[in-house]
This record gives sequence, C-alpha cells and structure tokens, in this order.
Amino acid sequence: MAEQAQTGTDGGPRPIVAYFKLDPKPHLVGSRCACGAVYLDPNRVACSKCGASGPLPQIDISTKGKVYVFSVIHQSFPGIKTPYVSAIVDLPEGVSVRTSLFDVDPEQAQKEPQKIFDLPVELTTYVAAKDREGHDVVAFAFKPAQN
Amino acid sequence: MRNVYVLGTGMIKFGRYPERTVPQLGAEAAIIALKDAGVTIKDIEIFISGNLFQANAMVGQRILQQIGQTGIPVVNVTNACATGSTAFREAYIAVASGMYDVSLAVGSEQMGKAGLLGANRDGVTDPAYNTEGKLGSGLMPAVFGQAGIEHMRKYGTTLAHMAKISVKSHKHATKNPFSQYRNEVTLDDVMHSRMIAYPNTLYMCCPTGDGAAAAVLVSENKLRQFAGGRKRPKVAAAVLTSDPWTERDLAWPDVSTLTRRAAKQAFEMAGVGPEDIALTELHDCFATAELVHYENLQLCGDGEAAKFIDEGGGMHPALGGHSPVNVSGGLLSKGHPLGATGVANICEITWHLTQDERAKERQVPDAKVGMAHVIGLGSACTIHILTI
Repeated sequence: MAEQAQTGTDGGPRPIVAYFKLDPKPHLVGSRCACGAVYLDPNRVACSKCGASGPLPQIDISTKGKVYVFSVIHQSFPGIKTPYVSAIVDLPEGVSVRTSLFDVDPEQAQKEPQKIFDLPVELTTYVAAKDREGHDVVAFAFKPAQN
Repeated sequence: MRNVYVLGTGMIKFGRYPERTVPQLGAEAAIIALKDAGVTIKDIEIFISGNLFQANAMVGQRILQQIGQTGIPVVNVTNACATGSTAFREAYIAVASGMYDVSLAVGSEQMGKAGLLGANRDGVTDPAYNTEGKLGSGLMPAVFGQAGIEHMRKYGTTLAHMAKISVKSHKHATKNPFSQYRNEVTLDDVMHSRMIAYPNTLYMCCPTGDGAAAAVLVSENKLRQFAGGRKRPKVAAAVLTSDPWTERDLAWPDVSTLTRRAAKQAFEMAGVGPEDIALTELHDCFATAELVHYENLQLCGDGEAAKFIDEGGGMHPALGGHSPVNVSGGLLSKGHPLGATGVANICEITWHLTQDERAKERQVPDAKVGMAHVIGLGSACTIHILTI
C-alpha cells in the first residue's frame, strides 16, 4: 500500500509514507481518476475501479474527516505501546485512511463505541522514529477536531 | 466441465508438531487420504500443494519425495488463508477440465507459536518506516475487530453476541478429536478473557498451530473404478473470488463483498440455495468474522446475525440449534494452520455427507449438501459446495 517516502539530501524530518507531505503544512496527498475514485497514493499506475491507465492527477486531501470504524489494540509487536485506538477515517474527498486515534481514551471507546462513530477528527503529527540516517520520521494521526 | 468427486480425505489432528517437518505433516495427511480413497500414489496424475510459510520451498515436491516420486506435475500454490482451498480448487479444475482423471490436493502448515499475523506490505528496508502501530494497525486482529465494530455500528450488535460464537465453537470442538483445543468455555470466560483487539478477546481469536489435510479428487469414470459402490460427494461448486473495488478496501480490507459474490456464484453453480445447506464450515478466524459471514453467506438476512445467534443459528442440531456452522470447532477451536485450513474444511463436509466414522460424534443428520468457505486477506475467497 504505502511506499517508502522519498528521501532528500537535507538533514530534516521525513514523512513516514509517500502519501503524507510535511510542506507547506502536513497533509495527505492522493490522486483522483476521472471516474471519481480517489487513492491515497499520489503515484498510481492506473485506476483499479474503472481500469483507466494513469498517471492520475494528484490532489491534496483535507486534514479533517470522520471516524467510520475503530478497534482498540491491546496486543502488538514489541516496542509498540498498547492499548491504543486504531481507526478507519473517511475523508471528504471520498477516500479512507488507516490511522491511530489520539486523545481518545481506549477504555472509554470500548465502553461507548457509538460515541466514536462519525466523530469529527483532524490530522496531527508526531515523530514516530529516527531512521538509519538520523532523520526524524514523522507520522500522522487523527485526533478529535477542535471546532 | 466434467463432474468431479471427492474420493478420499485425510487430516492429522491440528496442534503443535515442532519435532516434525512440513513435508512430513503433508505426507501423513496425503497417505491417509490415499488409503481412504483406495488408491496409491501411482494412481495420482497431478498434485497441487498448498502452503504459505514455505511458499518458496517446493513443499509439494518434498511431500512426493516422502511418499512417492512418480514424476507427475506438481503445482505449489499460495493464497493467504485461502491457500489450501485454492489448492483444492486447482485440483478440481485439473479433473473438471478433462486433462486429468485423478488429482491430489494437500494443504500443510507449520506455524509454531507465531503470534500476530499480517504481511509487511510496506516494502520498507529501514524499520523506522514500518507503519504498523504508527499509522494504526493493519494486523488481522484490527482488521477483523473493525469488521465486528462495523456490524455494531450498523445494527447495534453487542459484544455478548460475538462472544456467544466462541462459546458455540468450543462446545462443538469437544466432539472433534482432530481439534487443537477441545475445552468448553462459558460466555463469562470469553467476555472476560484478555482483550486482543476490541471487540475480540483471546477466546474470540483463532490459535496458531500446525497441521495438514488432503483430498483425492476423481472423474466419474475413476469414481466407478475406485469407489466400489461407496457414495462419494460431488464438487457441485468451486468458486474463487478476489476483492472487487469497494470504497474502503485499500485502507481496510473488505471481507464481505468478495464473500457475497462468491456465495452468489456458488449457489448458482451448484443449483442450490442457502436453505438447502445442511452444514457450513466458514472462515471464523475471529468471532467477528463468523458474525458477518452468517449474513454474507445468506444463512440469515442482513442485520439479522444477532437474532440468528439468539435463536440457535449455527449451533449443532443435537445441541438444540439449526443451520449448523463449524461443527468441527471451526478455526477458533480446531485451529488454523493456514495452508491446511481450506482442505480440512473439505474433509469435514465430506465426512458428514458420507457418514464417515471420523465425524461420528458430531454427525449432522441427513446431510446432503455442505458448504465450505475460506477467506484469505489481501484478498481471496473460496466457496465449495459438496453434494451427495
């Protein structure tokens, strides 16, 4: 799904995946086919909905969306802190993204799952790791929208 | 296409066999199936081997290097959790096409105590760019947890309904000597066991393990030659689908749409309806998966899975239920050695249709039509309908 983010020559932070851009403000990027299908991938070879060949025009994706479904992850690989909330967020462009949900209490989400459905959320960022070359690897997450 | 019959079946008890090799496990199941069929390896014209974790290691040939190097064509297949059922379908096609008269399908797997499963699709070389746990979770517990949550969102289904599926599965498994786990659990046990990925608790997730299963398939001519009057099930439908484009499939694998399509095609191919199915073995890798597949396989209407459970749906008739599902114990109890699972389902259906001793304790009465469903994430779905 994701491919490794483009590496630059500067020593600055790098996005964790190619469909996430840090500049000018952190946002997701994708592409849209004439048939209406939107992909969280700026470099699609073709459209898997209608079969049209690419390249498909690139689009910026909004930083606000709504939670469709979620799960609370209690067991993961070593080094990944649990529990945390994983969610599928629907974005206005008609594409969905897999993401961690910040600022949502995992226990509360399990008690009252219906309060998470359609929760308006917005994109936020955090440094998720440091790569072998010493760059900060920046990931995105979503958190409840402020307004 | 010609009629194809399941002449013989064999499986070993699912469990843990750290002292054995994958080809040994596969060979053992194959020998049981050959004996059950009343044939020898010399009668087999083509062999399809299903294995996932050693997909690059010529498992099929290594099985023949154990049981008989006759020089026949061997095809090694992989299709995630649908690996074994895809091998069975390819063995079916080999005979149905008219090219071969006798084929062998073996599914085998050795997983040990491999924990959370999910392929690394990121293709990254520096682990700093791995997205698991950083951009949510793409592992199976999350994918199937969310499938349960979607049902909750749409229909108000409760965790208790999903947990009841695991109680049923474990109850069924007590009657299956081939099952990895044969212990009963209470609703309270299931609901209060350790949470893995909400809403699936530990007992609502299938275990990992080792196992193998095999089937010999034949044309009508060879059935007459080898069956000696024994009734053998016909493969009335053998369907394979991949995930069609749906709006969220690339962010979160859609396990329902390809299953629904496969079910529709399978019912058409077999000329039967869901009301004709005496028993179903479906892909309950998680309790939430079984929940959504009741509807996907038309065992009940959309949004009716909770009601279906409350009214005994899926439960063995001997336990007061109807429309029995996973009387073998299912993946939740019987186990899920990935490559073996799909062929083991075929064994289970066959045993009920032929009143085989191996299903004696859990025989579904008057079983004439059975359905086996498997889904491999990424995604592949098989449905086989056997009739007698």
